[in-house]
Order: sequence, then C-alpha cells, then structure tokens
Amino acid sequence: MSDLHIALVGTPNCGKSSLFNMLTGSRQKVANYPGVTVERRSGHYQTSTGRQVHLVDLPGIYSLKDRTLDERITRQVVTGAHPHEPRPDILLCVADSTNLRVHLRLVLELRALGLPLILALNMADLAERDGIRIDLDRLSRELGVPVISTVAVRQSGMTGLKKLLDRDLHDLTRKQAPAGEGIRKEQHLSTRDLQKMARKLANRILIAEGHQHRITRQLDQVILHPVVGPFVLFGLLFVMFQAVFSWAEAPMAWIDGSIVWLQDRLVAFLPESWFLSLLNDGILAGVGSVIVFLPQILILFTFILIMEATGYMARAAFLMDRLMAKVGLNGRAFIPLISSFACAIPGVMATRTIENARDRMTTIMIAPLMTCSARLPVYTLIIAAFIPNKTVWGGMGLQGLVMFGLYLSGVVSALIVAAVMKMTLTKGVAQPFLMELPKYQLPRLKNLLIDLMERARIFLRRAGTIILSTTIILWGLASYPKAPKDATDPEIYYSFAGMLGKILQHIFAPLGFNWEITVALIPGMAAREVAVAALGTVYSLSGDEDKVADSLVNVLQGSWPLPTALAFLAWYVFAPQCLSTIAVVRRETNSWRWTGFMVAYLFALAYLAAWAVNSIARAVIG
Amino acid sequence: MKKYLSELSIGDMAKISGFDADRCSDRDFARDLEDRLLEIGFEEGLKVEVLHEGPVGRDPMAVRVGNMTVGLRRIEADAVCIHEEDQQESHGNEAAAAE
Repeated sequence: MSDLHIALVGTPNCGKSSLFNMLTGSRQKVANYPGVTVERRSGHYQTSTGRQVHLVDLPGIYSLKDRTLDERITRQVVTGAHPHEPRPDILLCVADSTNLRVHLRLVLELRALGLPLILALNMADLAERDGIRIDLDRLSRELGVPVISTVAVRQSGMTGLKKLLDRDLHDLTRKQAPAGEGIRKEQHLSTRDLQKMARKLANRILIAEGHQHRITRQLDQVILHPVVGPFVLFGLLFVMFQAVFSWAEAPMAWIDGSIVWLQDRLVAFLPESWFLSLLNDGILAGVGSVIVFLPQILILFTFILIMEATGYMARAAFLMDRLMAKVGLNGRAFIPLISSFACAIPGVMATRTIENARDRMTTIMIAPLMTCSARLPVYTLIIAAFIPNKTVWGGMGLQGLVMFGLYLSGVVSALIVAAVMKMTLTKGVAQPFLMELPKYQLPRLKNLLIDLMERARIFLRRAGTIILSTTIILWGLASYPKAPKDATDPEIYYSFAGMLGKILQHIFAPLGFNWEITVALIPGMAAREVAVAALGTVYSLSGDEDKVADSLVNVLQGSWPLPTALAFLAWYVFAPQCLSTIAVVRRETNSWRWTGFMVAYLFALAYLAAWAVNSIARAVIG
Repeated sequence: MKKYLSELSIGDMAKISGFDADRCSDRDFARDLEDRLLEIGFEEGLKVEVLHEGPVGRDPMAVRVGNMTVGLRRIEADAVCIHEEDQQESHGNEAAAAE
C-alpha cells in the first residue's frame, strides 16, 4: 500500500495541534517552511494494516485568502501549488464543536477544493458540557464527507479517526466525487455568501444550541477585570521570574559542575597539549555554554506553554494590547519581551505566538535589548569597582540606582527602536488585533511534554551547532599563535585575538576602551558573562570564577578611568555579545539578512552609547 | 442616527445590523476588515454583548458574539453597525435561553 499524505487544516484555537500530537505522539518534527518564518509541523504513524501515514499540521487560518503568510502557505499546500510540500491525499479538517456556525464556513471553502475531506468535530467534551448537540449523520450527509467527533486531549475518538483514515483512499474519493460539480462554484462565492450557506447548514444540524461556557465567563470576570486583571498578570510574571532564577540555579550549577569535572578528568588523563586545550577550552566550554541555558529555557517554556494551552495567553495580550500598540506592537509581543529579561533565547522563540510576520520580526529585533540575566555578572563587577556604595536621595543606594538605570535604558531604547522600525523597515498596513478569546481548558501533561521537548531539541540542535563551531573558532583565535618562551605579557597578547585586539583598539579608542578591554571583547562574543573571565585572563589573574571577579575589582579600580568604566557599562546595554541569541534569531527569522541587521544595529547603538557616555563623563569630570 | 459597536460599554447588548469599514481613515486597513470580521464570527442579525474592556483607555474590548468571545480594538469595532437592544427584553431572553 502506498503512503498516505494527510494535511490538518482548521482555525486557530480549534485544538488542531493537540489532535496532531495525539495522532503522531513524539514521532514529529518542527521546522520552518523554506524561506519563511511559518512553522511546519509534520509527523507520521503506521496504521494497523501497515500503511505509513504522513501528517502535516498546517497553520491555523480563518479562510483560504491570500492575506497572511499562514493563509498563503495553507492555500499553496492544499491546492498543490507549494514548491516543497506534496499535495495532500486527504484533508483532515478540524473544527471546534462549540462554535460550529463560524467554522463551517471554512469547511465549505475547503470542500470546494475537491480533495477528499474528513471533518473532525473537535472539543466534543466541551460541547457536551455546554449542552450543544449536533446531528452528525445529517451533517455528514449534507456535506457529503465523513464526520467524526473527537476530543483532542483524550484518546476518545482517536481510534475511530485512525480507522477512518485507514480506509481505502479510492473509497473516500469515489464517495465524494459526485458532489464535485455542484460545489466547484463555491470557490467563487464571497465570504458573506459562504457564511450564509454555513449558517443555514448549522441551523439544520444543531439539535441544541447550548449555553455559554460558564466557567470561562466567571474566570474572565477576574482575569480580564481592568484593575484585578493586570495584578493577576504581574503576579504570574513575578512567580515565573522567581522560578526561572531560583529553580534554574541548581541544575545550572550541576551542568557547570559536570563540565568542570569532565575537564578535570581530561587534565588527569591526557598530557598537556593543544588537543587537551581544544577539548577543554574549546569543545567542552562551548558545549557547556550551550546547555547551561537549558534549565532556564525549559522553565520559561513550561510557563509559556501552559499560558498558551489554558487560553490565558490571549487574555494577557488583551490586557497589554493598548500599551504595546503605543509603539506599534501587538499585545502578543508582551510575554516574549518580558521573558527576554531572563534570557533573550526563549523570548525570541516565544514570538511564534505573534501571528503577524512584521510584528513578530520587530519583536525579535528588540528582544535582545531587554536586560537578560547574563549581563548581571558584568554589571555587578563594574558597579562594585566604580560606583561608590553610598545612599542618595531618601535612602536609595547609588549602586542600585545605576543598575536600575541600566535596565531602564534597555527598555526605553527597545521602545524607541520598535517605534522607528514600525515607521521604516517593518512599515505596512496596520494589522487588526481581532482575536478569539478561547475557552479556558486544563493543559494536558502529554502535550506539554511533547512541546517542551521540541523546544529543547530546536535550541540544542540548531543553536548548538552554530555556537559550538564559533566557540571553537574563538578558542583558536585566543590560543594561537603561542607566546614566545621569554614572554612577559599574558599569553593572549601574542595570539590572533591579541593582534585583532590591537587593530580594534584604534576603533575603540574614542570610547575610552584600552587594549585589555578590546581583547576581552573577542572571546566575550560567545556570551556576555564570558567577558568577566576574559578580563581575568587578560589581566593574568588565576583561580576560580569568584576569586577572579574579586581581584578584578581591585585591578580595574587601579587601571580604568571612571569614564571608561561607564562607557563599558553603556556598551553592554546594547552589544549583541551572545552567540546563542544570534543563532536563535537566525533560526527563528530564517534569514541571515535580518540577523545581520540586528547584530549591526545593536553594535552601532553600543558604539554610539559608549562613545557618548565616555565623552560626556570626561567633559564633566574634566 | 447610526450606532456602532465601538460606542458601547461593558454590559451593553445590541444586534449587528451591518458593516461600514469605510469609516476607517486608513483605506488599506479597512479593505479586509469587513471580511475579517465576518470570518471570526460577526454577522448581521447576531447579538453582541460587551463583556470586558481593556485597563487602559477602555481599549480593546471583549465582545460575546454567538457562542464565542472575541477581543477587538475600538478602531475595529468602529466598522460594526448595530441596533441597540432594549436592555430589559434582552436580559429576559438570556435568562430564558439559560434555562
């Protein structure tokens, strides 16, 4: 028997992706359609008769028009016009049973394509609870397609669905063929006429209309309350941040510890050589710098996925939309941006919930401006060394005030950049906010785990490869050529990184940066916190991380003028010194041009800010 | 005088009488607005009820239409024409439907 290609089509929030998870389990993969940012979820399973079934989960759409990228991709796939996706043999149309009046329009539109169609009426449990009763036989007869009732978050209906999909394809096609002539004209009907047809059909097949989802209404009285609602949102975010920082601490320490343990083992077993250095300082350090992010990413995503699955995400977008709209963004950009305060990587990955491509791009571009946790070691070091620990205005600590100022500069510049981008690069027709607020649902552990694993895999595979190869290059730059025997300066002085640092120094001199800083910036490209260790290397300090940071405070106090230190802080507000973020942005935008633009504009801002701070500070201090 | 969905506040009920996307000053934005509103479930003759309003400037608004809740900005609600319902009567209907 030949393989079967099935495409899942349906509106957003109809439970299409849960149904897909239920059918394929973990035998699925997420990628992007070539050249665009639309996510392509595909998977497969084997039927009891041994047939391979390939499933593709098409983006959620309300119609087959050409307005959004999602609609275009779906249209191309179902009409067989997509250059990479084969035309599916069967369309599995998923519709929300609780809202059939609206969803039948899309079903009619899809049926007009003439492909064999199976209609899955999803969320049958919710419909039953709300008292909605549907005449399935009549619906199937009138549409001329098989109709099955399903509950995507449970096995219920899944066996029936699989059996239906396993039937002979010809059988399905033959059965639906006679209706073909009559329906073709539906393709040319307007939205309004299709809607009218759908409504008439709905009136005939709905036995009982049901009542509103009562729990959803009651919950929304609190969650969407103009005063209480924002409190709930910020409370939730507070818990999320607490979790990211406190829960992730232990696993991050284990990962760090295991890497150090492995490095020690290697030192014990292998002779001192370039090979040992490559393994320890190149590969292991590189691998470590990738997986150390994993605990934070998993915790953040657990929160984000739960918010998504329960229906809360749409409410958060609703509450924040007006504020985000002020800089031309959608309410949905709020959660990704807030997540970026912990780490820009999950923040950028979370922008997938923003449907509009331009809004999503703007959000990705500004996400690195949110002060992430990796900047803290750098900020803490410089503040401890240069900002006096005294209180100003009414008991506020000056050090804390400077830290706050750094966070604030990030946020304010992000808003400015977003507003400027909206007027230039991502300019276009304003997009409506128009969004269904789905009924609340309890998330399912299985779905949550599948999605979580997928995010982890994407990060490790896609970002990991880029990060690992670049850390090895950076290791090579910092280790070769070797220092001569009678070297007086630290080893790095004689390496390529040292030479590069000397050249870069001409460029960085106007910022007040000395040679030591420019050299430290090169290995510091890997991740922001690496700058602390790199400065330690340049100033020939040894010992563990804490000791280096402690002695650095004294060394820096002695060798950097205050304007240099302040310029260094300003540099780190903007500089995209994090390979993982760059790699993830490349993956999520699917474009080197956007990635290049982001890196370039951030470096430009970093340079300008550091230059301005250095010049002003020198003028003031004299 | 014509009334629009954007003029309602929390608790108000009305019946949709039509669409008028041309009221929007941004022509490109208005072009698809009517279709989008139809697709998400707004339609002539359906009842709407304003359930919630955003915390800033009472925008966006959450509206019950048919069996679902839709969030939309007031600028979008400006394209939906309505007849205002008699509050008493419609509340009576609601109660009857819930029985």
